[in-house]
Amino acid sequence: MVPLSWYLIVSAALFSIGVFGVLSRRNGVAVLMGIELMLNAVNINLVAFWRYNTTIASVTEPVPSELSGMVFAAFMFVVAAAEVAVGLAIIITVYRNWRSVIPEETDTLRG
Amino acid sequence: MTLQAFAPIGVLIIIALIIGVIILMISRVFGPHNPSFRKNAPYESGMKPIGPGTRRMPVKFYLVAVLFIIFDVEVIFFMPWAVAMRDLGVYGLIVMGVFTLILVVGFIYEWKKGALEWE
Amino acid sequence: MFESPTLQTLTDYNIWIALPAIALAFGTMFLLVIDVFLPANRKHWTPILALVGIGISFLINLFTYNPEQTSTFGGMFVADAFTGFLNIVVLITAFISVLLSTDYLRRTETNHGEYYILLLLSATGAMFMVGANDLIVIFIGLELLSIPLYILSAFRVTYTDDRDATFVLKSEESGMKYFILGAFSSAFLVYGSALLFGATGTTNLREIFAAVGPILESSAENSGALLLLIGAALSLVGLGFKIAAVPFHMWTPDVYEGAPTPITAYMSVAAKVGGFAALFRLMIVGLSGLTLDAGVDPAAWQGTIQVIAAVTLILGNFVALSQTNIKRMLAYSSIAHAGYILMAVAAVGSAGLVPDIANTAAQAGLVYLLAYAFTNLGAFAVVLALENNDGTGTELSDFNGLYNSRPMLALAMALFMFSLTGIPLTAGFMGKWLVFSAAVQAGLIPLTIIGVLTSVISAFYYVRVIVNMFLLTEDEGSPAVGETAPVRYAVYASMAGVLIVGIAVPLVTNLVNMVSLV
Repeated sequence: MVPLSWYLIVSAALFSIGVFGVLSRRNGVAVLMGIELMLNAVNINLVAFWRYNTTIASVTEPVPSELSGMVFAAFMFVVAAAEVAVGLAIIITVYRNWRSVIPEETDTLRG
Repeated sequence: MTLQAFAPIGVLIIIALIIGVIILMISRVFGPHNPSFRKNAPYESGMKPIGPGTRRMPVKFYLVAVLFIIFDVEVIFFMPWAVAMRDLGVYGLIVMGVFTLILVVGFIYEWKKGALEWE
Repeated sequence: MFESPTLQTLTDYNIWIALPAIALAFGTMFLLVIDVFLPANRKHWTPILALVGIGISFLINLFTYNPEQTSTFGGMFVADAFTGFLNIVVLITAFISVLLSTDYLRRTETNHGEYYILLLLSATGAMFMVGANDLIVIFIGLELLSIPLYILSAFRVTYTDDRDATFVLKSEESGMKYFILGAFSSAFLVYGSALLFGATGTTNLREIFAAVGPILESSAENSGALLLLIGAALSLVGLGFKIAAVPFHMWTPDVYEGAPTPITAYMSVAAKVGGFAALFRLMIVGLSGLTLDAGVDPAAWQGTIQVIAAVTLILGNFVALSQTNIKRMLAYSSIAHAGYILMAVAAVGSAGLVPDIANTAAQAGLVYLLAYAFTNLGAFAVVLALENNDGTGTELSDFNGLYNSRPMLALAMALFMFSLTGIPLTAGFMGKWLVFSAAVQAGLIPLTIIGVLTSVISAFYYVRVIVNMFLLTEDEGSPAVGETAPVRYAVYASMAGVLIVGIAVPLVTNLVNMVSLV
């Protein structure tokens, strides 16, 4: 079987790419995609941990009914979808008034 | 080696690549091939394109897409219930009834607000 | 193995202990349907029904207030004095925010019923977060709290070609910034949660606590302890964004300035209550045993939180000094107040060394949150009364000579400013006193000194508002277009709260003394 660490590395890499996307892209929709990537990286993590199931320190006996990783992943899908729906709506309204989806060009508020 | 589990997938990818390359090569080698400026133009015998190719779409498309995402993904919660329906019995039925009620409230709202009307 | 639930389990599950939150959720959905079917000339019923819903939930909360810890949803949600107390804070916040909203929405022509529904949904999320005993519930509660707030921040958006309508542009910019940074931070929170889940094999905070000890004992052979540390750090980043702690505070002034003022008032309190509730639960219930050397060292995260608290205090208070817009000033002040509450969280870290410090610090944090809720809501209520329909009128200079035109508002604002500074006999003093003494008890002397010094500095910018109102008497004073009956009630209610918490101390401490998280 593929060791758990491989999944964790993939997930960490995806998460980092997502962070990079959020920080470097100037387009609002691309930023949203970066956030999605981060959330899906977490999903890989959760499902991998759930699949391998035992605690890393083997503290407890493996419990087949310990479903929280799976349940967490399912809830994350839904929450991510709700977030995207709201985010897209906000970005569209910004676009209609600014004719731009680039956060930096919206600059009425200066810190 | 742990990668052995993935061997069939690797073989599949290689075969797919080879077939794709072969098909492209066949058409390139055996087909006639003499390009000209006119042939490479976007429309060989049409008008020159004016303005950008992407038009602004009506916002309705976004609205429908967003509503679709929400209702589409909420249904994920029916899956575990469907799998374990017999074990959960009346309890599961009541819980899913409450969940469906919440969905229906959202549906009533969007219907009444006219989000489902196209015109 | 997993037992198939039967109908009997419905009653065994104790679902009624989550009734305040569930009642509010169902009331909100009911209101959503009612609002859609209300004819246009009856729309003024929506806020009234919203207030009724909050009231019902409040009453249920009082009747089910139970210091004994009981849990439901398979241990995912617990009801104890902590939950009950913070539910009260959330519901009061929602109630006052609805009072502030009614006339504001009408005069700014954004009177849509969805506003109240989103506000109540957000309050429901905060209530679920307050009782969360599980990483999944913390996450869902946080999102239910935040997602409506993203929309509400952008609520003043209308389609306009008018480049001078800055309030529209500010509002939508605030919504977009809040959304992007909020979603970004919750991704960090869930990544941290996933690592905690991976290290301990459970998402339940109590089971995490039980698993931490054995993991640390065997830390020589595996990387479980490292996962725990990284998970705790990433969760802290995620929650740090929500409570606006430095260095995760960049969004706060922009969002607070751009959002509609009643929403600024609401989110400056509710988001902090939710975030700190989750932080207290996670750190006390889940990770208080995460020490490098049990019995000798404090919890491993204490140092980090101390540094964050110190930086938050210093930066929040110093930057607030240079602000000219009252909404931005209050935003930086709310950052600074997050620093004071973080002191209580840091004090919890000494739980393994100082007996009973975890409960003392948590109680101090709770009193601070209640005091902060009343004071901040009141201050924003006065700001809202002075704000014009186009979003102007929120500069500090607009407070000049307010005592001439509206003496009552000026007196109220003075009280709130005193309370934010922490002058005795106000709520703010009680909060600061308890937090500082908890920090001293935990042995965090340098942090306490920073806290006291920054409180002194904060007096400069708070008192400047008072000077503007009372001493610059050559100005006529603002006409205070927003001062309508509901706003006045909100101001009076906040004043009463500030004074009661500040003077009738035993009332609050008796309520809080029942709080015991460990």
